[in-house]
Amino acid sequence: MAVIIMTAKEVTQRVFNKQELFLLDVRNENAFQDWKIEGQNFEYLNIPYFDLLDGVDEILDQIPTNKEVLIVCAKEGSSIMVAEMLSEAGRDVSYLQGGMKAWSEYLEPVKVGELKDDGAIYQFVRIGKGCLSYMVVSNGEAAIIDSTRMADVYTTFADGIGAKITNVFDTHLHADHISGGRTIAEKTNATYWLPPNDATEVTFDYQPLEDGNSVTIGNTTIKIDALYSPGHTIGSTSFVVDEKYLLSGDILFIDSIGRPDLAGLAEDWVGDLRETLYKRYRELSDELIVLPAHFMIIEELNDDGSVAKKLGTLFVENHGLNVADEEEFRNMVTGNLPPQPNAYQEIRETNMGKISPDEERQREMEIGPNRCAVR
Amino acid sequence: MEIIKSNITLDAKGLACPMPIVKTKKAMTQLEGGQVLEVQATDKGSKADIKAWAESTGHQYLGTVEEGEVLKHYLRKASGEETIDKKHPHVINNDDLQSKVASNEHIVILDVREEAEYAFNHIPNSISIPLGDLEKRMNELNKEDQLFVVCRTGSRSDLAAQKLAANGFTKVVNVLPGMSNWSGDTASLNL
Repeated sequence: MAVIIMTAKEVTQRVFNKQELFLLDVRNENAFQDWKIEGQNFEYLNIPYFDLLDGVDEILDQIPTNKEVLIVCAKEGSSIMVAEMLSEAGRDVSYLQGGMKAWSEYLEPVKVGELKDDGAIYQFVRIGKGCLSYMVVSNGEAAIIDSTRMADVYTTFADGIGAKITNVFDTHLHADHISGGRTIAEKTNATYWLPPNDATEVTFDYQPLEDGNSVTIGNTTIKIDALYSPGHTIGSTSFVVDEKYLLSGDILFIDSIGRPDLAGLAEDWVGDLRETLYKRYRELSDELIVLPAHFMIIEELNDDGSVAKKLGTLFVENHGLNVADEEEFRNMVTGNLPPQPNAYQEIRETNMGKISPDEERQREMEIGPNRCAVR
Repeated sequence: MEIIKSNITLDAKGLACPMPIVKTKKAMTQLEGGQVLEVQATDKGSKADIKAWAESTGHQYLGTVEEGEVLKHYLRKASGEETIDKKHPHVINNDDLQSKVASNEHIVILDVREEAEYAFNHIPNSISIPLGDLEKRMNELNKEDQLFVVCRTGSRSDLAAQKLAANGFTKVVNVLPGMSNWSGDTASLNL
C-alpha cells in the first residue's frame, strides 16, 4: 500500500469542513497532551514512535480501516517510519508533511469580507496555534495587522493579489508569538506602527500608534481607526476598519477575554481591561464584526474557517462581557489564570528587538498551544 | 567541567528523529545490565524522547549535559538488581539518614552508584566509589568511621556493605531504599 503525504493545508481543509480523520500521533505522551491537532470530528491515538521500533503488529487492531488515517510526529521523520511500517502491513495511511513544526507555522488565508470600492479584508488563520492576523486591501495597497513571524506568507499573498504593503500594525507587544511586523515593514518599506506604551523598551524605530490615529489604505478611504483599549497590555489598541470591523487584538475573543498578566501586572491592569470591555467597547456599534487576534478552541471557527462574530452577539453570549460585579470580574481574570505560554518572556524580548534568536530557536519558543485568554 | 564516565558512547549527532532513539536502542543491546551509555545528539527533541523511552523500557535516564549544539544524554541499562535479596544486617531508612545529615552528625556517606549517576544527583558531601571499583579503592576509606552506604534502590549498597564488612569495616549501614526515593538535599557536579 502506498504512503500518502498530507500537507498542513489539506489537514486544515478537513478541520474547516468538519471531516472525519483518525490521527495516530507518535510523539511522546507529554508532547501530545500539551498540544495536538484539533478537529471536531477527529479521533486520536497516541503511541510514541519509540514504542513501535519493533513493529506495528500490536496496534493494527486499533487502527481503523474505514477511515482516513494520518500519522503525526514532531518533524515528520518518525511518522514516515511508522507510516511505512503500516503500509507494509497492508494499510493505506498518510503522514503529515513537516510534522507539528509545519502545523504550527501554517497560515490559511480566509476572506472575511468586502470593503467599499472593491476592498477586502483577509484573516490569516494560524490553525495550529490559534493566532489570527489580518490583511486589509484597497486599491493596490495593503495593511497588515498582528502578523506572525512567517513574513513571506504575507508578502507572497500581497504580490499574488497585486497589492503593495504600505502599513504594518501590531495591536500590542505580543507574548505568545513572535511578530513578523518589523521584518515585513523592513522588506517592503512600509510604516511599522506600535502602541508606544508597549514599546518603551523596543530597540528599533517605529511609528507610535495613538488613540484616534486614522490611516487610509489605497486612494479611496478605507480607514483604519485606532482605539486605545488597554487591559491585556498597557498599550493594547484596537482598530475599527471601514466602520465595519473591530480588530480587538488580545482584548476580546469570541468565547473568552484577554488575560492581563503576561507582562507581570495582572492586578494593575485588570481595571483597564474592565474599562475597555465594559465602557469603551460598549460605546461602539453593535453591528461591528469582531475579528480577534486569537481563537482558543476549534468550536470558535465559523463554517468557512473564519473567526468572526458581531459585537452585539458577543455582548450577549461571551461570559467575560457579562460579569456585572466588578470584584467577581477581578477574581475571574486574576485568580484563575491558565499556565503562561511557553517562553513568553523570551518572546516578548524578541518582539522588543532585545534578543535575536535563530529560526530554529524561534520555532521552539512558539511550540505549544495558545494561552492568551481567560474564560 | 567534570567528565562523566560511560561504558559506551554513541554518536547520533546530525541525525533527525527517529534515528537517535533507533540507534540508542541498538547500542543498549551491547551493554551489560547496570552499564552506562552516553548518547551524543544534536536533535533538540531527543532529550524528551530519550527520557520517555527510558521510562517506558525500564532503563534509567540519568540526565543530559548541553555542550554548545551537542546534547549528551546519559542512560543506565536496566539490570534487574532490585529483585536480589539483601543480606547485610545493619540498615537505616532514608528518613533516619536524612535526620542524621540535618543534625550535622559526623557521618560518612558512601555512594556506590556509577559515577554518571552520582554526577547528576547525590547527597551533598557523599563520597563516590562505584561498586565495581570498591575492591581496589577500599583503602580510601577509614575502618573506624560509621559508613552509610547508598545506591539507587539498596541492592548495590547491600553488596558493597557485605564486601566492606568482610574486609574489617565494623560500622557499616546500608541505606534503604536509597537515592530513588531520597527527598533530602542533593547536589550535582558542575556539568
